[in-house]
Amino acid sequence: MKRRTLLATGAGAALAAAMGMPARAQDKTKVGFIYVGPINDGGWTQHHHHSAMEMVEHFGDAVEFVYQESVPEGPDAERAITQMALGGADIIFTTSFGFMDPTVNVATNFPDVKFEHATGYKQADNVSVYSARFYEGRAIQGTLAGRVTTTNKIGYIASVPIPEVIRGINSAYIHAKKVNPDVEFKIIWIFEWLNPAKEADAAKALIEQGCDVVLQHTDSTAPHQAAREAGGVYTFGQAADMAEYGPMPRISSIIDNWAPYYIDRVQAVIDGTWSSVNTWDGISTGMVGIGEISDVVPAEVKAEAEAMRDAIAAGEYHPFTGPINKQDGSPWLAEGETASDGDLASMFFYVEGVEGDIPS
Amino acid sequence: MLRLEKRPQPSRAWTYGAPVLAVILTIIFGMGLFAILGKDPLIAIKTIFWDPIFGPFAHFYRPEIVKKAAPLVLIAVGLSFGFRAGIWNIGAEGQYIIGAICGAGVALAFYPMEARWLIFPLMIVVGLVGGLLWAMIPAILRVVFKTNEILVSLMLVYVAEVLIKAFSIGLLRNPEGFGMPGSRNLRQYPSAANLDLIPNTGFHWGALAALMAVVAAYILFTRHQFGFNVRLAGQSPRAAGFAGVNANRLVILCMGISGALAGLAGLFEVAGPSGQILGSFPAFYGFTAIIVAFLGRLHPVGILFAGLIMALTYIGGQAAEAQLNLPAAAILTFQGMLLFCLLAVDVLTNYRFKFGQREAR
Amino acid sequence: MDINPILLLAALMVASTPILLAAIGELVVERAGVLNLGVEGMMIVGAVCGYIAGHSSGNPYFGFVGAACAGAVVSLVFAVLTQFLLTNQVATGLGLTMFGLGLSSLIGQDAVGSPDLTVAKLSFPILSDIPVLGPILFRHDLMVYLSIVIVAGVWAFLKYSRAGLILRAVGENHEAAHALGYNVRRVRVFAILFGGACAGLAGAYISLVRVPQWIDGITAGAGWIALAIVVFASWKPWRLIAGAYLFGGVTVLQLNLQAEGLKIPVEYLSMAPYLATIIVLVMIRAGRAPASLGKPFHPSS
Repeated sequence: MKRRTLLATGAGAALAAAMGMPARAQDKTKVGFIYVGPINDGGWTQHHHHSAMEMVEHFGDAVEFVYQESVPEGPDAERAITQMALGGADIIFTTSFGFMDPTVNVATNFPDVKFEHATGYKQADNVSVYSARFYEGRAIQGTLAGRVTTTNKIGYIASVPIPEVIRGINSAYIHAKKVNPDVEFKIIWIFEWLNPAKEADAAKALIEQGCDVVLQHTDSTAPHQAAREAGGVYTFGQAADMAEYGPMPRISSIIDNWAPYYIDRVQAVIDGTWSSVNTWDGISTGMVGIGEISDVVPAEVKAEAEAMRDAIAAGEYHPFTGPINKQDGSPWLAEGETASDGDLASMFFYVEGVEGDIPS
Repeated sequence: MLRLEKRPQPSRAWTYGAPVLAVILTIIFGMGLFAILGKDPLIAIKTIFWDPIFGPFAHFYRPEIVKKAAPLVLIAVGLSFGFRAGIWNIGAEGQYIIGAICGAGVALAFYPMEARWLIFPLMIVVGLVGGLLWAMIPAILRVVFKTNEILVSLMLVYVAEVLIKAFSIGLLRNPEGFGMPGSRNLRQYPSAANLDLIPNTGFHWGALAALMAVVAAYILFTRHQFGFNVRLAGQSPRAAGFAGVNANRLVILCMGISGALAGLAGLFEVAGPSGQILGSFPAFYGFTAIIVAFLGRLHPVGILFAGLIMALTYIGGQAAEAQLNLPAAAILTFQGMLLFCLLAVDVLTNYRFKFGQREAR
Repeated sequence: MDINPILLLAALMVASTPILLAAIGELVVERAGVLNLGVEGMMIVGAVCGYIAGHSSGNPYFGFVGAACAGAVVSLVFAVLTQFLLTNQVATGLGLTMFGLGLSSLIGQDAVGSPDLTVAKLSFPILSDIPVLGPILFRHDLMVYLSIVIVAGVWAFLKYSRAGLILRAVGENHEAAHALGYNVRRVRVFAILFGGACAGLAGAYISLVRVPQWIDGITAGAGWIALAIVVFASWKPWRLIAGAYLFGGVTVLQLNLQAEGLKIPVEYLSMAPYLATIIVLVMIRAGRAPASLGKPFHPSS
């Protein structure tokens, strides 16, 4: 930023503050992002940032982009968000679940600023919430995993026990089991979203126990590296395509693609049509992207997975379609019944066949 | 050959001059760092040190500084007793966490009962006792088994971190939180909330407690036998022994005070600014407070200023990150440099540089 | 049961190597009477510098050398501050950790690497083919063996060499060592540099072998664990191996038991090593800690 523009905006901000109003640039729309991790974490934050940059590219000079990385959840987050609002942001995206209460708190103080909180559930007049149906991608992963495994042991590196992660495990399991009744899931919880050393150890432990497919709900590429060294083990990209590890071990991926949503929401602010919404999009809008399935997967399996992807995108198939029982054998969904969004949002049980307990 | 010579008396001039010199040195080094990162060094320094206090948004930043400084000062004052006496509690982070867990546990046990007169005082007591008991583990082990308290208190930090993580997804998880980690938000529970005593000043119960601790410590150190004993034990354990100071009692007392204050800080933080028991609750405050204690030269008033300066670098640093797109790591590096400079110039207080022949080794 | 004890033990050696490397360095530092709490900071600077040096040269061993140098350079800051400017060791060490975490992230902002850079596993004729023992002990990379060689070297150095004796004397009673004409500060500076180099190696082992990649904060607290096992080992080199392998073992076993589907309270299990360290501390009593540990020294005092 040029020094002159900074001083100019600073003066404008001072004036606005004196009037008790957040500063507003006249022509440009100011878009702010609050990230929980560093922008080069290779996973969650990097992909929010990547999508944000795509959004900036789309609008060019029409938007001014600010961000703050590595914001700890808790009181620091509230200050960071306030600071951004004071700085004249028109719309602020807060991209971690832990920013929920801070976002809502700040939003009440700045009724004219629009807020968008990722993965939370508290909506307000000027707070939208958005999240992605990653479990749709997990259904495709499960199908592929069930088909390619020869040991019938599938490893799963799980992060923090919350419904999103549990939905992913269930969705992957149901679809792996569907195509291969002999599969067994081995699940390791590491209680963190990103810890390459632990992820590497977990992947190695799973591989040593005979798993030849390792799914991950953690953000680093460490499991891919472990799989590559072990040889003959399949993995899937998480958050990023992680194509540099293809065609083996990475055979496909779930890509977080927030760009279309960000473009859409910023456009709404520019047009003055923004309103608070609760968005939970999946493959159909592209929010959940399925990375190219590599050629080591047999053609008919690839076709099967792609057909499922297209069916989900078209709304013809729901990954949680009955009959599905809970782990204890009690019925959850009847034949042909699909899970409600409410059920999915608070899912805290394994489906029948998954072994072990959810830590709590 | 440049060499150090011990001053017979600590220099009064340097006692006050050294911190100023350190801040100037840090600013010079910091400007170099920011220039390397391609930012205008003057603007970066202004954003960090000037704007939060005098800038256009000072009305917002000043309370934030108070909020950030309160736990640091509270913990650091507690630590200063032990550090003066040569008792090294470096596990304040753990005591801080346990204080928060205990205090929040009380509040959550009573939820949703409306009885602030009962619940809030009880939380304070339990939070304080929680921190105190956690500090008693290294204290008692040192007294009974002569175990090294530095290492035991450090180990207990990790244990406390594991506990708060486990509780945030287990025992204390918000039953209405859609299965997400984290307890109920205590700030939204009127019987337990630690809100600003004077609205929009950031001056909450924790800040009040920190001020009271500063005053109490000042009186103890200057007017009371206990403060004298602490200083004596630190300067010369043998002399303290002859003077009838009971070393074991001193360990228990010093560790107890620091644990209790750290527990209090944790409780006020979880009931106020933080609001929730979360895996991310431990924010290194217990360790940062060690630094604050040294920056303040283990003197209560010094600690008060050191805590405010440390808080300023956090608040201003975060502002610089947002406004100048400085990487978060730059601020961490800058804080490290500030600490190094402050510690380094301290030598001027007790030693003087001399050119000349080296004395015999 | 799918747990393969042979693979488990082999994995344990790899998982333990970084903490062993960092710990043996810190052990020497503490035996010289200096408490450097900045292990984590030196480690992570080593991790990023090793990564960059390794990937830019295409030779991982070059990376290890670079990491050792970087660790030593960072530790030099600590050495100058604590030994010449007589700053408090606890505060300086904590500051070093802060500084190192920040600095490493700045250095590593644009670090790029290729997934193809790997450190070769060695194979020894005959030895590697011994059933059971071969896969457990004789099919690792060079650094695993180097870490053990360093431990052995430190043990021999402390026990048999004159320099080792001086180092111990400095750590036990610096006044007496000074009176005998030894240069306390010089000994301590070298010890601190050695500790920094070892921590750097440890960091590079994480970023070049164990994970291997670079992201911010990749050491994830391993430096603190190294500090713990120095105590756990009661400052004895050989016990350090037991301590490191126990810590590594608990981590690896815990993951394996989970994968096995056993109901174990994972979230609580991870505090076991720290509690074990406290118990060991109590059992060994205080007498064994170097008597001058953490105390400042100035020749004129």
